[in-house]
Amino acid sequence: MSRRPYVREVPPTAWYFRHPRYLRYMAREVTSIFVGAYCVLLTVGVLRLAQGQASYEAFLQALQSPASIVFQLLAFAAASYHAVTWFTATQKAMPLQLGDEFVPGGWIAGAHFVGWGLLSAAILYFAGVF
Amino acid sequence: MAKSHKPVVWFPFAAGGTVVAFFIPVIALLTLLAAVGHVPAGLQYDQLLAVAHHPLGKLAIFSVLALSLWGSAHRLRCTCFDFGLRIDGLVAAVLYVAAIACSLLAGYALLGL
Repeated sequence: MSRRPYVREVPPTAWYFRHPRYLRYMAREVTSIFVGAYCVLLTVGVLRLAQGQASYEAFLQALQSPASIVFQLLAFAAASYHAVTWFTATQKAMPLQLGDEFVPGGWIAGAHFVGWGLLSAAILYFAGVF
Repeated sequence: MAKSHKPVVWFPFAAGGTVVAFFIPVIALLTLLAAVGHVPAGLQYDQLLAVAHHPLGKLAIFSVLALSLWGSAHRLRCTCFDFGLRIDGLVAAVLYVAAIACSLLAGYALLGL
């Protein structure tokens, strides 16, 4: 063991200001706060649905408050940012090899984006939006 | 081979991240439409109840919700650590228990419909 081990100083609460790359990483991390809170909101929605029509209508009514709309906009933005970074990262997390060659990363990301668009359109269609 | 509990945490996390990416933006869009007064037909009480009555509907709602909750809980745990909250055991316990509790509540409610 070395007699003078090198200890790199890392500020535990502000390390991510050191490099833009770290800041982008943290921006992605922060989306989990809004997505997590939004999932709890969805859980409440399912519980209200199970309690009957009056409860559920009250839940839909409560969604219309300005604070709720702002929160849902943030959750939508956070979930979309998560989706974009998640699909872009898939090519690194799960590289796909066909024969001797690796499938180009852009194709993997592109396939995810196309699938995301089709799935979202299908859900909007079946929910009666258009 | 060394045994680890990590796959048990990791598999639903990876599945949850994917489910959040594919489903939560469009679901948020639907609830936003409801929030501005244009409740989509699919979010009307009768229609949503019909979906929740069908076994496959129950399974779909529960899967999306439970996996999203778990994925978010795991990511929140990492976020807490990265912001300097170095009591990982406690944070992990609180978040995972919250995710499991919400999933069980939703699952119980869905089964009762």
